[in-house]
Amino acid sequence: MARGFKEHATWSPYENNGGTCVAIAGLDYCIVAADTRLSLGYSILTRGHSKLFKLSDTAVMASSGFQADVRTLQKNLEARQKGYYHQHGKPMSCPGMAQLLSNTLYYKRFFPYYSFNVLGGLDTEGKGCVYTYDAVGSYERTGYSTQGSGAELIMPILDNQLKSASPLLYPPRETATPLTEQEALEIVKDTFASATERQIYTGDGLEIVVINKDGIHKEYLDLKKD
Amino acid sequence: MEHTIEAFKREESLGARHSGAAAASDGKIHIERTQYPYVTGSSVLGIKYKDGILLAADMAASYGSTKRYKSFQRLKPVGKHAVIGASGEMSDFQQISTMLDELTLRDQMWDDSNTLGPHEIHSYLNRIMYQRRNKFDPLWNNIILGGVKNGKKYLGVVSMIGVHFEDDHVATGFGQHLARPELRKQWRADMTLEEGVRLLEKCLLVLYYRDRSSINKYQIAKVTEEGVTISSPFAIETNWELEAFQNPTKNAEGSW
Repeated sequence: MARGFKEHATWSPYENNGGTCVAIAGLDYCIVAADTRLSLGYSILTRGHSKLFKLSDTAVMASSGFQADVRTLQKNLEARQKGYYHQHGKPMSCPGMAQLLSNTLYYKRFFPYYSFNVLGGLDTEGKGCVYTYDAVGSYERTGYSTQGSGAELIMPILDNQLKSASPLLYPPRETATPLTEQEALEIVKDTFASATERQIYTGDGLEIVVINKDGIHKEYLDLKKD
Repeated sequence: MEHTIEAFKREESLGARHSGAAAASDGKIHIERTQYPYVTGSSVLGIKYKDGILLAADMAASYGSTKRYKSFQRLKPVGKHAVIGASGEMSDFQQISTMLDELTLRDQMWDDSNTLGPHEIHSYLNRIMYQRRNKFDPLWNNIILGGVKNGKKYLGVVSMIGVHFEDDHVATGFGQHLARPELRKQWRADMTLEEGVRLLEKCLLVLYYRDRSSINKYQIAKVTEEGVTISSPFAIETNWELEAFQNPTKNAEGSW
C-alpha cells in the first residue's frame, strides 16, 4: 500500500538568529561592526554573542543569519586561511579571501549557508575595501555595506551620510568614503543606535573593529537592551 | 544501509504513528528521516556562580502527555571537568552520553595527564549536532554543558540544529521563557553556592507551577575545580495558596 500523503516537516534545518552587520571602507582604513544580540523568535538567547571574525590582519568578516551556519563558515575559512599561510608563507590578501568566501558559499548552492556576510579589510595597496555577499556567494567590492536584520534601516543612512560617490554613476567611481576614521565611527554608532530603536533583532551591544596600517583596534559599546 | 534498517525498526515499533516503510510506486522503500520526539525531558537550567557552575533539571521523562518516567537522570557528568543536561528526546540524549563517554575514554587512554576541558567537549557536541542536522536526521535535544578547568568557568548551550553560544546563565525549553527573566534580574557573578542554589530553586518552582510536563523532583549538579557532584533527588516546598492563584477568573469571567 503506497503512502497517499506527504508528511509535513516538523522541523526546519534553518532558523534566523538575527543581527546586523556593517562595514565601511575609507582611504586607508576599514571599519567592520556588528551588534551582539543572538535571538530566536521573540526570545533573546544571549546578549553577548560576537558576529565578527578575524580572518587575518587585513580581513575581518561580519556575519548574521543562522548562527550554526555562520560558525561553520568561519571555521571553514579559518582552516583554509591557515592552510594558505603555511603553504605560501604569507597570509591571504583580503581580495583573495573575498573570492574564497564567495566560492565557499556557492559550493553549498543547493543547501545554502544561511549566512549574510560583509567582509572588510585592506586591499593589497593598503586601501580600505569592503565586500558584500548574499547567502549563496553573489558578491561585489564596494565602499560600504550592511547585511542582516537592520540592513534596510541602515543602508539608506549610509548612502546619505558617508559622502561617497554614488554607486549608480557611470563610469563607476570609488565608493569608499572620504570621511576620516573618527567621522565614520560616529556614523556607525549612530546608525546602530537608530536600528536598535526600530528593530527587535538589533541591540544589546555593538562591537566595532577598525583595520588600518597600525593593525586591528577593537571597541565595544552598549546598545539598548529592550 | 544500517541507518535505513534503524529507521525502519523505529518506524515499525511506533505502530499507529507511521504506516511503516511502504513500497512506493517505483518499488523502492522510502524511509522518512524527519523525526518526532517521543520520550521527552523538559527544561534544564544552568548558572555560573563564584566557585563554578550549577545545573538543575527535574527527573521527569514524558511520553507525550503521560509522565512516564519519574526518576530519569537528565544531568550527567562528562569527564572530570564538565556536566551536561539535556531536554528533548531522551533516547537521543542517551546516545549522546554514550558518544561523550567514548570521547572521554579515548582521551583518557592517551594517558598523557591531559584531559578534555568543557570548551573542547562543547565544541565536539556542537559539531555532532550540526552534522546530524546536515543529514536531516537531528538529535532532538537542547543541551547545556557546564564545566570548570584551570579556574576558568564555562557554560554553553547547543540546540538540535547546532546553534550554540555561551552565557553566564542559560536555560532550555520553558526555562528560556520562565526562568531566564528571573536569572537576568537576580544573577550576580559572585554568588555563593547557597545563593546560586536558592536562585535555581526559585526558577524551578516557577517552572513547576507553570510547566505541565515538570515534576517536583529535582537534581542539581555542581562543578568546581575539584570535580563534579550531582545531588540526590529533592523536592521544593510549594504554595498553592498564593494570592495570584486565588479566584483566577476574577477579572476574566468565562475563561478558565
